[in-house]
Amino acid sequence: MYRNLTIRQKQIVWAWAFLAIPVLFYTVIRFYPTGNAILISFQNWNLLGSRTWAGLENYEKLWNDPVFWKVFQNTFVYLLLGTPISLVLSFIIAYHLDKLRFMHGFLRMLYFLPFMTSAVAMAWVWRWFYQDVPIGLFNNILAGFGIPQIKFLQSTTNALPAVLAPAVWAGLGFQVIIFMAGLRAIPTSYYEAAKIDGVGWWTVLTQITIPLLRPTIVFIVVFSSIGFLRIFDHVFNMTTNNPGGPLNATKPLVLMIYDTAFNGFDMGYAAAQTVVLFTILLIVSLIQLRLLRST
Amino acid sequence: MRSHLKGLVLAGLTSSTALFATGAMAVEIEYWQYYFDARVDAMETLIENFEAANPDITVTMTHFPYADYRTKVAAAIPAGEGPDVVQLFYGWLNDYVEAELIQPLPADSFPAARIDAEFFPMVQAMKDGDAYWALPTAVRSLALFYNERLFEEAGIESPPETLVELLDAAEKLTKRDGAGNITQVGITAGMTAQDHHWWREGLVRQYGGEPYLDDYKTVNYNTESGLAALDFYTNLFMNENPVSAIGFMDEPQAAFKAGRAGMHIDGSFRIGSLDGTRGLKWGVTELPSGLDGARSNYSSYWVNAITTKAEGEKYDAAVKFMEYITSDEAMQIWLDTVGELPAKPSVGMTEANANDDVFGPFIRGLAYAHTTKFANESGQRQLMVEMVERIQLEGMDLAESLAIAAEAEQKLLDEYYSD
Repeated sequence: MYRNLTIRQKQIVWAWAFLAIPVLFYTVIRFYPTGNAILISFQNWNLLGSRTWAGLENYEKLWNDPVFWKVFQNTFVYLLLGTPISLVLSFIIAYHLDKLRFMHGFLRMLYFLPFMTSAVAMAWVWRWFYQDVPIGLFNNILAGFGIPQIKFLQSTTNALPAVLAPAVWAGLGFQVIIFMAGLRAIPTSYYEAAKIDGVGWWTVLTQITIPLLRPTIVFIVVFSSIGFLRIFDHVFNMTTNNPGGPLNATKPLVLMIYDTAFNGFDMGYAAAQTVVLFTILLIVSLIQLRLLRST
Repeated sequence: MRSHLKGLVLAGLTSSTALFATGAMAVEIEYWQYYFDARVDAMETLIENFEAANPDITVTMTHFPYADYRTKVAAAIPAGEGPDVVQLFYGWLNDYVEAELIQPLPADSFPAARIDAEFFPMVQAMKDGDAYWALPTAVRSLALFYNERLFEEAGIESPPETLVELLDAAEKLTKRDGAGNITQVGITAGMTAQDHHWWREGLVRQYGGEPYLDDYKTVNYNTESGLAALDFYTNLFMNENPVSAIGFMDEPQAAFKAGRAGMHIDGSFRIGSLDGTRGLKWGVTELPSGLDGARSNYSSYWVNAITTKAEGEKYDAAVKFMEYITSDEAMQIWLDTVGELPAKPSVGMTEANANDDVFGPFIRGLAYAHTTKFANESGQRQLMVEMVERIQLEGMDLAESLAIAAEAEQKLLDEYYSD
């Protein structure tokens, strides 16, 4: 039968033969669990017994759960603080690092190092930095100057920024590298033309560099947005005793899902939260993809 | 001696059946527990002894990381795989019973009346009507750890016996720097550690309350006694001269281990990690008694149960195995290997055990210990944590915060028991 096919058809058969592996893999590893999670979100299940149909009960519970709305808000605070701050910081660093020749490689490595470090180890070190006297680094320095202690993690207002800071710092190295690659890709002829015209650095930056970096910026925004929407390891490790605390001030959606599923064993409710997270990620990604296309 | 005789009789019986039933296969049963070094070691010893007494039964032990435990059990038993005897946290019993993963222990081998009489009273949480669903080999309770060096330095002669003495000692043990920041706490505090148990089953009861009613289905601490207990607790870190601080040195046990805390309330499972800490000389005493001398403690445990998978000869073997791992001998082995407390007074209250410097206070605590029947332990703990946080971080009134916690916990319990 294979012999009778045209060359074009044979190519298609071969293409599918090779594609079958990733398609099968994705079906088993991605699509089946995703579909199953959506199904579980309409059921009650404690991992042990049988699943019972719950209809929209889990979503209703979610809608009426004040913790969910707090967590929902936190997730967007992580996103809305984290993404712009890391974008601006990494651009400033990359912009200046690009102009620097002295010890360029060494500095670049220093910025990249946190990205390679395990998030868990880093979160614990920062957690200890933030403690009160006698062990906390920051508060010991403050105490040395006679300045009153700052509650970092034990505060409903300071805790979220305190947890976010190391997460931003950790992602910086990667974004700096991407920005530098973007900067290098801008043809020097534009800069030469600007020089001949005698244009100031601010005009060069706003009229040449930033517009031409647009694809890079969009990539970094998409990438870091997804990262901040899914933030988990930093929060979990910095607040293990009171996950997402104090008073849910640092709890992101992913942590709430984890807690509901593996401490509360309420899989249906956890699945409903997952579906919400999935929808948010989908919407954010679609919006950003639209922005990317318009270039 | 009795178990030895029993072993001989059993051995005799089995060898005679082996003679008659030529080619009879040895029964093999499976035992599952979560992975923890000392527990696995202890169980290996128990299995060895059991197999020596019952040559026709082989027990295979499988252990898993704690995190995977529940999923594996849930997947295996309905599929006819997995354990015949399984270890589970007492708080999960309801879920296991409802999912039909375990079966009640047979009344002829485990008559409820005998167990009621032989075991410490909190084990009765495992009883349903006339049948026990599961039984522990070992239990845990709380006690007050204290730093002997710091006590000496502060001139405190003996560990506190009452809550008043506790406050007095804590005051003497607290140290501050020039700016008034605490650099050494008198006693550690934090609902995230064991304090929520101490508050629920200890303080609330000592102030004359009853934290729950109706078999732990109704929250009952939103009362005068509950408020008094909360007032005592929050005063540790919130009055003008606090003797403690929440989150001091990150974790209570870390502060105590580092010698920066005079006293620390923790469970018997902490003994192992404190043992051999360089420079730390610690002692342990019973939880301080209340105003009228009332003592109260909290106890938790892991139980063993026979799964629904065990049938026929495997069931008989599983019953025999259960009998052995809940025997006096097994409990002593468990105490010596793991450091967890015997579940029976006949083992715990022996001269040697009850007066042991380290285990004694915990074992004596068992006599007046209560076991909270949790629907979701971490969820219920979280509510206690938040109750204190609302007071400390948001300046909420004690009574209001207590009422919010009680209401939220009642809602959690209602949801759990309505399914």
